[in-house]
Amino acid sequence: MDTETLSRIQFAATIAFHYFYPPISIGLGLMLVFMEGLYLKTGEKIWHQMAHFWTRIFGLVFAMGTATGIVMEFQFGTNWATYSRFVGDVFGSALASEGIFAFMLEAGFLSILLFGWNRVSKKTHFFATCMVCLGAHFSAIWIVVANSWMQTPAGFHLEIRGERFPANYPLRVEDIPHARAVIEDFWAMVFNPSSVDRLTHTVLGAWLTGAFLVASVSSYFFLRRRHLEIARRGLRLALPFAAVVSLLQFLSAHSTAKGVAANQPAKLAAMEGIYKTEAAAPLTAIGWVDEKNERTIGLKLPGMLSFLVHGKIESSVKGLKEFPPQDRPKVQPVFQLFHLMVACAFAMAGLAFVGTALLFQDRLFSPNFAPSRWLLLALVPAVLLPHIAGQAGWFVAELGRQPWIVYGLLRTSQGFSEVVSANQVLTSLILFSMVYALLFALFIYLLNRKIHHGPDEDHLPKHDGGIPARANA
Amino acid sequence: MPSASQLSQVFGLPLYLDLSALWFVLVGILFVGYAVLDGFDLGAGTLHLLARSDHDRRLILNAIGPIWDGNEVWLVTGGGALFAAFPLVYASVFSGLYLPCMVLLLALIFRAVAIEFRSKEPWKWWRNFWDLSFCLSSTAVGFLLGVILGNLAQGLPLDAQGNIRIGFFELLTPYPVLVGLLTVVLFTMHGANYLILKLEGPLAEQARFWAQNAIIAFIILYAMVTGYTLLYLPHLAAPFRAFPFLNVLPLITLFVIANIPRELNQHRPMLSFLSSCGAIVMLLLLFGVGMFPNLVYAIPPGPLNLTIHNACSTTKTLSIMLLIAFIGMPIVAAYTISIYYIFRGKVKLDSTSY
Ligand code: HDD
Ligand code: HEM
Ligand code: HEM
Repeated sequence: MDTETLSRIQFAATIAFHYFYPPISIGLGLMLVFMEGLYLKTGEKIWHQMAHFWTRIFGLVFAMGTATGIVMEFQFGTNWATYSRFVGDVFGSALASEGIFAFMLEAGFLSILLFGWNRVSKKTHFFATCMVCLGAHFSAIWIVVANSWMQTPAGFHLEIRGERFPANYPLRVEDIPHARAVIEDFWAMVFNPSSVDRLTHTVLGAWLTGAFLVASVSSYFFLRRRHLEIARRGLRLALPFAAVVSLLQFLSAHSTAKGVAANQPAKLAAMEGIYKTEAAAPLTAIGWVDEKNERTIGLKLPGMLSFLVHGKIESSVKGLKEFPPQDRPKVQPVFQLFHLMVACAFAMAGLAFVGTALLFQDRLFSPNFAPSRWLLLALVPAVLLPHIAGQAGWFVAELGRQPWIVYGLLRTSQGFSEVVSANQVLTSLILFSMVYALLFALFIYLLNRKIHHGPDEDHLPKHDGGIPARANA
Repeated sequence: MPSASQLSQVFGLPLYLDLSALWFVLVGILFVGYAVLDGFDLGAGTLHLLARSDHDRRLILNAIGPIWDGNEVWLVTGGGALFAAFPLVYASVFSGLYLPCMVLLLALIFRAVAIEFRSKEPWKWWRNFWDLSFCLSSTAVGFLLGVILGNLAQGLPLDAQGNIRIGFFELLTPYPVLVGLLTVVLFTMHGANYLILKLEGPLAEQARFWAQNAIIAFIILYAMVTGYTLLYLPHLAAPFRAFPFLNVLPLITLFVIANIPRELNQHRPMLSFLSSCGAIVMLLLLFGVGMFPNLVYAIPPGPLNLTIHNACSTTKTLSIMLLIAFIGMPIVAAYTISIYYIFRGKVKLDSTSY
């Protein structure tokens, strides 16, 4: 395989691995703010126990998030040097802002969140938790802004050999080493056509991740008849929140998809497997793309796609045949992963709504009521749904953007580091794969142990514990 | 000193002297901040295995426990600022030094998880494994950073596109290796000084002993690196010849370094720690003066050097970033100081410790 392919695989593998942790940090961070806020408000010890229990899990997740995030920060330079030279003037400031505003905030206050229980007052601790949560959201903002700029570049012009060219000037291959995107309008770069939609969508996805994690573990505790009160409160907190967020997610997803239709029509066509431009384009519920014969078979709802995108059934949606073959993304994976994401969204909304309904009827916690039992059983593995949806979503966004690394400007095949050999990337890829496999196994093992250990029911804030050198579990 | 190089003609960048020089200083401050702050917890990692009992090792780990992560963010922010201010350097150096960078990243990963995982299980083999990982990865980070710095100073085969084509082992020539070793002992000495502040009783005495030995090793290596630089890397000494008043800087450096053993012997750990912070600041300042206005020396040094003029972003980006830095840095400084204040004093183990 060549340097480009291997670098793509390495980027995809490392970002997918990294993206396992941030949605938990963001979503669980918010749940921690709720728990500690309720503790401050009601003074009930149990909220404190819950917050303490989830903080330990948060610490573990966060450590994995930082360890894997550093790789991402430097990988643009190591593997995508031509790209980095091309976009540095625009893209670098988003990444630097992330460091200053987001990571510093998160990492700074994390120490109080994790180690400060006995050192600062309740209020200061709550403040630190809020700051960590805010920092995690800030980092999502900057990185999604940076990525959105690559999807829908705005607020810049081109500079080739020092001369100014308009943003839409078609770059020739021989110009690329001497060309760069130059910032013209910072706010137009930040608020490029897709960033607000995609940020909302990503953050809501992260909130769902946090809510489903709390719901899943609480269900597990409840089914096992352990930590009953903590389990009930966890579900009371997480399920209604998840129900509201999953509704908002549909709205945000709809808006995102409309943006894709307007700005990246080839991606939208790939998401739904539309080849011919036609009026009353169908929405496919499940299907298979026959890439050879350029058609999509499956269960179709006629006119629905046109309706969702343009609000009118008669409107037409641009098909892939309008794009020369070298400008099309791979259709099958984009199509299937998109449908996987949507399926997960419906599954989550369904679970959250049934759960909330049972909760409001006071039947969720009656052990003999069969639907409640089934729902709680289903909620335990449902912790995976937001992760699957999030990963699938990123793959849709990134694969659907192909063959461009900066949409319409620079091709992925032109962005990689020329001086890095395929063997070097292969070496690093193998190293990363081995290390990440090991870390993931250990992470799951420790997470599992922490969950089994459960909250310390008698835990109270202590001054100077001096607990012996035993695992802090 | 090359004023406008070939690369700047390729990109046609005008000379934004003021802003790009300012960003040279600001990126420098971020990396100095990183070296001063993460330096001591990397050094604590190098020393970790010298503490024999599990209890002592936990004390060392928890001496850096609440702050090492925040310290490491300085590197991340420095990397981001380098990308934004000097994208050509970011791209050329990290792709040209691909394998050392990858090993550095792996070491940073291992270090983070070693700290997190180590005390989670009581088994001996588990703790030994993570103790070893913690020590090796901390040492490797210091060494690789030194090797990278040494190569930037010694010069790299840059072409007109800013590409660096060089094999892994060609990066390990004597000078970079010496700078790597110097960085390791510098951090070790710094870490020992920090541990004296945070530990009590016999362990603190032990840390003093480590600091005293590390400072000897450091002075020997420092003399070697200085000698090598003066003999073989005259371009680094050029600014000092051109502007003789700059020679007060090496003198101050010597004074600050000599002050470390003095304060150690006088049992003033805070002052010896501050002196070792000062030593790091001064060494990087000397390095920065020697490099300015270059960011990467080409072989042979000349028009292909990456400089603050030919490798920088546009004025617009540099001024936006300046605004971001002026809003962000004071806030960061304020809460960093409060957090060090909250976690001041000697380490005590409790239920939230590693
Ligand atoms: C939607 C959220 C999101 C996304 C898409 C990404 N990250 Fe991330 N990242 C976070 C949200 C986040 C976070 C929540 O802020 C983390 C995870 C846990 C943590 O410690 O901070 C984090 C950690 C983290 C760190 C470590 C910071 C530290 O040391 O404290 C770095 C350097 C990056 N990320 C860089 C990246 C890059 C370069 C990405 C894209 C290519 C990326 N992240 C995708
Ligand atoms: C912010 C700046 C980002 C840049 C410059 C970037 C760039 C890239 C590059 C160069 C690739 C490999 C080539 C390819 O597209 O196949 C890639 C793939 C990918 N990226 Fe991004 N990306 C960014 C952010 C993200 C983020 C934040 C995520 C998700 C967390 C993400 C998810 C993915 C995925 C899942 C792939 C795999 C798709 C594939 O293999 O093609 N990316 N991206
Ligand atoms: C009906 C449900 C959903 C629809 C129609 C939908 C639609 C979309 C679309 C069109 C994109 C591509 C955006 C782009 O490339 O610019 C996307 C990306 C994404 N989706 Fe979804 N989505 C849905 C549910 C979900 C859920 C439930 C989650 C997570 C819990 C999720 C997480 C993501 C993520 C992380 C991305 C990548 C970031 C981005 O591009 O915004 N999605 N989604």
